[in-house]
Amino acid sequence: MRNIPLSAMIGLFFTGIYFIMAIFAPWIAPYGMAEVVGDVWEPSSSEFLLGTDSIGRDLLSRMIYGGQTTIFIATAATILSFTLGSVMGFFAAVSGGWVDQVLSRFVDLIMSIPSLIFALVVLSVMPTTVPILIILMGLLDSTRVYRLARAVAVDITVMDYVEAARLRGEKIGWIIFRETLPNALSPLVAEMGLRFIFAVLFVSTLSFLGLGVQPPQADWGGIVKENKEGINYGIQAALYPAYAIATLCISINLVADWILNRTTSLKGGRG
Amino acid sequence: MTEPLLKVRGLKIGATAYPPGEKPVAIKIVHGVDFDLEAGKVLGLIGESGAGKSTIGLAAMAYGRGGVEITGGEVWVNGRDILKENLRSLRRLRGAEVTYVSQSAAASFNPAKKIMEQVTEAAIFQGKFTKAEAEARAVELFSKLGLPDPENIGNRYPHQVSGGQLQRCMTALALCPEPDLVVFDEPTTALDVTTQIDVLAAIKEAIAATGVAALYITHDLAVVAQVSDHIMVLQQGDMVEYGTVDQIINAPKEDYTKALVSVRSIKHEEKTPTDNPVLRVENVTARYKGTNFDVLKNINVDIHPGQTLAVVGESGSGKSTLARVITGLLPPREGQITFDGRVLSPDLPTRPIEDLREMQMIYQMADTAMNPRQTVGTIIGRPLEFYFGLKGKAKQKRIQELLDEIELGDGFQDRYPAELSGGQKQRVCIARALAAKPKLIICDEVTSALDPLVADGILKLLLNLQKIEGVAYLFITHDLATVRAIADSIAVMYQGEVVRYGPKSQVLSPPFDDYTDLLLSSVPEMKIGWLEETIEHRRMESAGN
Repeated sequence: MRNIPLSAMIGLFFTGIYFIMAIFAPWIAPYGMAEVVGDVWEPSSSEFLLGTDSIGRDLLSRMIYGGQTTIFIATAATILSFTLGSVMGFFAAVSGGWVDQVLSRFVDLIMSIPSLIFALVVLSVMPTTVPILIILMGLLDSTRVYRLARAVAVDITVMDYVEAARLRGEKIGWIIFRETLPNALSPLVAEMGLRFIFAVLFVSTLSFLGLGVQPPQADWGGIVKENKEGINYGIQAALYPAYAIATLCISINLVADWILNRTTSLKGGRG
Repeated sequence: MTEPLLKVRGLKIGATAYPPGEKPVAIKIVHGVDFDLEAGKVLGLIGESGAGKSTIGLAAMAYGRGGVEITGGEVWVNGRDILKENLRSLRRLRGAEVTYVSQSAAASFNPAKKIMEQVTEAAIFQGKFTKAEAEARAVELFSKLGLPDPENIGNRYPHQVSGGQLQRCMTALALCPEPDLVVFDEPTTALDVTTQIDVLAAIKEAIAATGVAALYITHDLAVVAQVSDHIMVLQQGDMVEYGTVDQIINAPKEDYTKALVSVRSIKHEEKTPTDNPVLRVENVTARYKGTNFDVLKNINVDIHPGQTLAVVGESGSGKSTLARVITGLLPPREGQITFDGRVLSPDLPTRPIEDLREMQMIYQMADTAMNPRQTVGTIIGRPLEFYFGLKGKAKQKRIQELLDEIELGDGFQDRYPAELSGGQKQRVCIARALAAKPKLIICDEVTSALDPLVADGILKLLLNLQKIEGVAYLFITHDLATVRAIADSIAVMYQGEVVRYGPKSQVLSPPFDDYTDLLLSSVPEMKIGWLEETIEHRRMESAGN
């Protein structure tokens, strides 16, 4: 734990809190997720720490369960987009030639369509379930990861050690996973933090528009949607999820920055 | 007694290093150096990389590059201690009294501005000349430096002149404001030998004609011997020896200087060719994809088992392309390559593993030839695993044997490349090539990026390994001293063709063809007056024609 800068400590602390709350939600939340326990939009009290929502559910419990949904979907989508995007990106860079051309132009094509519009069109014809959301977001985001992974890998594949591996007769798997990947890791990790944040924002946006997570299941975007009328009456309920999204995004960024700094040393990333 | 132009006393220079994950460390680059330089004289600073020569050169302008700080001592220029001056008065010093010529002219000129504008900029800015005067002086300097069409060359952009010409333009830039002192920082190192001699002669004449004093920084003792009056030998920030050129070259006192003077004196007995060459290149012609120009034209060479073929030529002569064709990275348009009696498939992916194993390659830049995220053990172990299926104890044992063979010994298996010195890195690359038990190793400029003494060690190691393992080398280089040291036969390449080929003794003895003569006579010799002799000799010859 020596040498962790203060900013990274703060980031780790908040990220840790959010993830712990998400994992242990049923044990931490004081009330059930969809349980109506009080009056509409009650102010915060010792009974309901953040007050109640538009139909009298405990807001703190909704926030904790909502965080679970949002963080789970964002994490799963990020893992999917990274696995797919980086493997395809490395494959394109190492293969070169027409393989690279076909993959890259296809990705350009997908990227030319705004992702929100694309997602809205797909979700309007597909059932809106959590797995569909994850796959859709993962696929859309993997195009961004592909571009980065390919760009980084193109720089690495012109190095003499990659040429030496080719001359030795190595297969493409070794060149991708043993020669390219370890050297591309630090920009990818930094990008991973950023992409996770975009995934949080994206799923929240979809839920706010009513095409994401469906009620009564809680998620941060959905909580904003359910309580937005309250803002007119000076009720803060819609702002809590916004605070949560903001603090999570900032903390993840702080952690990603630190990891990037740590891994840029050329000592096998152990520095 | 008159005051010297430049007087340096107890100069100490340091910097801060930032090892990842640890506290910043202060490191010392120069530990207290004293010297004087009289007006109109040339002092050569010589040493290996890391000796602090460029740092001292820049200190003459009270400047430290990239976080380097002058931590103590005095630097007197024209009777003023410039280390005590503020930025404002330093501005009047830099570019007026002291100017600088860097190693890479191509990286120093602004590609968006014409040469004339950049050459005259400092002189006009400092108010030394009006625009018309400065331009007239620039033209005069261009002609003194032997540039073609001195009246109009200033109207060109930097990319429109050759590398050697641009380096001379840079010298003109430094001399234009009539400075008292010019710092030349390796001005000819990046140039081909045949170009270097012209630039060197031009610089020397310009120094003599303008009466300017100069600090001449280089790692090549033979070069500095041609232009300097005095030489200062540096090693790791300390002055080792200071003396006149004559004394340093002919009677060095310190061991380190003696080693520098006697570098490249390896003796190698030429072996006679055999009947069955291990590699035969026949009528090979090649070009890169998407171009309509043959980089290699009808190449024919043989390499005999356990012997060395040196391929020598300037940059752009096609010598590295030849290596790419032999390894299969660039399939030839015509011709074929026979390896150990079998015809090789022209394209790399279709070659059987055994062919790949028997032909290994060592690169110029050991830094980029090793994956920075793999340990030395992994780097050397991979070929053992890949070609021979060695695992566990047997692999470890073989890795250690190889490390012993390249004279590195214990404790290197777990190190990363970043933790090795330049020479050690190149040794690990040699071990990786040897691990495959090859019949032929292609060495592409393997010593060019190394300091002379380290390069000497690598060459000795390669010769030794050839004796033990009986491996043949294809040795690509631009350095004729290296060729003399290790070759059994030589192929001289020029613009994609082999202009001269045969056993070493034959290639290096007259009668020469024009290009080989030019190449051979351009290699600086460790002899005072060599430059004048050579230039004079060439003048007589061209007058004779």
